[in-house]
Amino acid sequence: MSLLFEPTPDGSGRYLDWIVSGLVWTLVLALGAWTIALIAGTLVGVARTLPKGILPKIGRLYVETFRNIPLLVQMFFWYFVLPELLPARIGMAIKQMDPPWGSFAPALICLGLFTAARIAEQVRAGLQALPQGQSQAAFALGFARSGMYRLILLPQAFRIILPTLTNEFMTIFKNTSVALTIGLIELTATAREINENTFRTFEAFGVVTIVYLVIALVAWQLMHRIERAVQLPDLASGKSRP
Amino acid sequence: MMVDLSAIASAWPYLMKGLWFTLQITLVGVTGGIVFGSLLAVARLSQTRLLSALATSYVNLMRSIPLILVIFWVFFLVPWAIGWVTRSGRPVAVGASLTIFVTFVLFEAAYYAEIVRAGFRSISPGQYSACDALGLSKLHAYIYILFPQAIRNVLPILLTQTIVLFQDTSLVYVISATDLLGAATKIAQRDGRLVEMYLTVGVIYFVICFAASQFVKQLQGRLAYGAR
Amino acid sequence: MIEINNVSKSYGSFQVLKGCSANIASGEVVVICGPSGSGKSTLIKTVNGLETFESGEITVGGFRLAPGLTNVAALRRSVGMVFQSFELFPHLTVLSNITIAQTKVLKRSKAAAEEKARFLLARVGLSGHIEKYPAQLSGGQQQRVAIARALALDPEVMLFDEPTSALDPEMVNEVLDVMTGLAGQGMTMVCVTHEMGFARSVANRILFMDGGEIVETAEATKFFDDPQSERAKAFLAKILKH
Repeated sequence: MSLLFEPTPDGSGRYLDWIVSGLVWTLVLALGAWTIALIAGTLVGVARTLPKGILPKIGRLYVETFRNIPLLVQMFFWYFVLPELLPARIGMAIKQMDPPWGSFAPALICLGLFTAARIAEQVRAGLQALPQGQSQAAFALGFARSGMYRLILLPQAFRIILPTLTNEFMTIFKNTSVALTIGLIELTATAREINENTFRTFEAFGVVTIVYLVIALVAWQLMHRIERAVQLPDLASGKSRP
Repeated sequence: MMVDLSAIASAWPYLMKGLWFTLQITLVGVTGGIVFGSLLAVARLSQTRLLSALATSYVNLMRSIPLILVIFWVFFLVPWAIGWVTRSGRPVAVGASLTIFVTFVLFEAAYYAEIVRAGFRSISPGQYSACDALGLSKLHAYIYILFPQAIRNVLPILLTQTIVLFQDTSLVYVISATDLLGAATKIAQRDGRLVEMYLTVGVIYFVICFAASQFVKQLQGRLAYGAR
Repeated sequence: MIEINNVSKSYGSFQVLKGCSANIASGEVVVICGPSGSGKSTLIKTVNGLETFESGEITVGGFRLAPGLTNVAALRRSVGMVFQSFELFPHLTVLSNITIAQTKVLKRSKAAAEEKARFLLARVGLSGHIEKYPAQLSGGQQQRVAIARALALDPEVMLFDEPTSALDPEMVNEVLDVMTGLAGQGMTMVCVTHEMGFARSVANRILFMDGGEIVETAEATKFFDDPQSERAKAFLAKILKH
């Protein structure tokens, strides 16, 4: 692991700095996309559970589209295809964005919307797992639909789906690696660059592997704590706290 | 910006060649992945602490790191490993296909292992007791009673993971392999037809995956153990 | 036939069996009864090795069970067991459920196993259901198949662990009738059950358990008419009210 402290060929520091830089891009992309995904995913998930109208159909279309195309293909669409399909001036503006942002912005939108589709399905499952009586009781009390979702249904649904959300949270960190194909120098790209510069393959990839393992561990711990903090005593059977 | 359909038509044969490779990777990945994954799942249930710990570590490791990273690992290290094993002292060039097949079996097995493990946990504990009471050997119990039930209980999830695998194959792009996406990229770069190629590939993936997931939904309805 | 000698078992600090001893003669029908948590199920499961124990010894026919003795395969061929939750194999037909242990454990030919299966199914009154799957049968029918499955191995002893507790009331009798018939044919039977009518009319002896000990053993009629211990009297008073 002495590799980390050796100076880089371009004199800008040590390899450790490259790893840190890659790590920062990975984290920022993951957390940014996660935020987009939670918001968009909840909206779409709720839309799919609405009884009538066009919203459930739009929701279904969204989910099916983003789930049945590989993430990498979607990434290429946002980076290569979209600028071509937009009106010429906007397309040119996008293509001329400076390097990190030119790659980061499409990656952020892509990963956010991709993950949103998966979260939407989980939110839908969580909402559909609630007994019908919950929404009936809310209506009887005079709640409008938006209040019912926000105050009654979603808080319960999220507790139910926390385990699958945890899984999704850990997955998003792994999926950031796909952005290397459109030029973002995140962690995995960094490993490849170090390898190309030093040919010390084992060390380069080894260090990055360990960093991913640490990320996974931290992410899991974080979600586990959240799970414990919001736990309700036996949600399904409605037993009361002693 | 108009989409040029004739470019798609002329590229079609090459795209289909890429699709064929994609399907091959998927097939090898599924078969090898489920076999190795089932062994891992059984190993995790084993009484031998070492075996159980090794299997658990392997599964957790593979599930914590990106597939692209695993592809790089195998791609760069397999030639060294083979060189070491055959004592040639130098890395031995290995076909990209073999590397890819090995990668996907090793990687997806970890995911299949978790699914199969969930399958075993969904079996009523009394089934194990019933097998014991009848005097069935552990091997017979697993082969005839436990494994069939485990797989049947999680078949939809296994199939969904296979659809995910099919999509994951696109990542072999990073080692310039010619799967469906790779084929499209090569044509796109050669002819400057980015929009047509990537849109086409998007549509092909969508049609296949959508049809497959609809099939899984139908299957889920029919898998109950027969109502009275 | 069965000798249980001073058997004790603990789960951590909780002692579930305390020095239990009993002798069951060939052809005898013994019912074990007692309040919940008295250790009845645990005791009956030690007889065929499904539960281990820390001290004491059990002999079944010519086979010996002791702490640390792990080879119970041979013993299990001569002891049949019927479970409260039936535990038929849901993915196999009724016929296969009965033949699988015959072919795999006793190495009988497929033809011989099937012949035996048909004979036993007729005996429990279910000949017409031979190709059905367990999910297509009622609880009472499933339990009768389970009895046939255990009998197919020609055991010398049959153990019943609360065989009717999971059945709807109208199906209890069809299973008890089969068990009564079995007793009439001279099978050695040990039954954990709450069915006091069956115990009174079919059992030779009652073993009353409470708190992990065999508190009282007596001939069946004598136990019901004239219980000796206070705990037995309290137990009978509670259950015979209805």
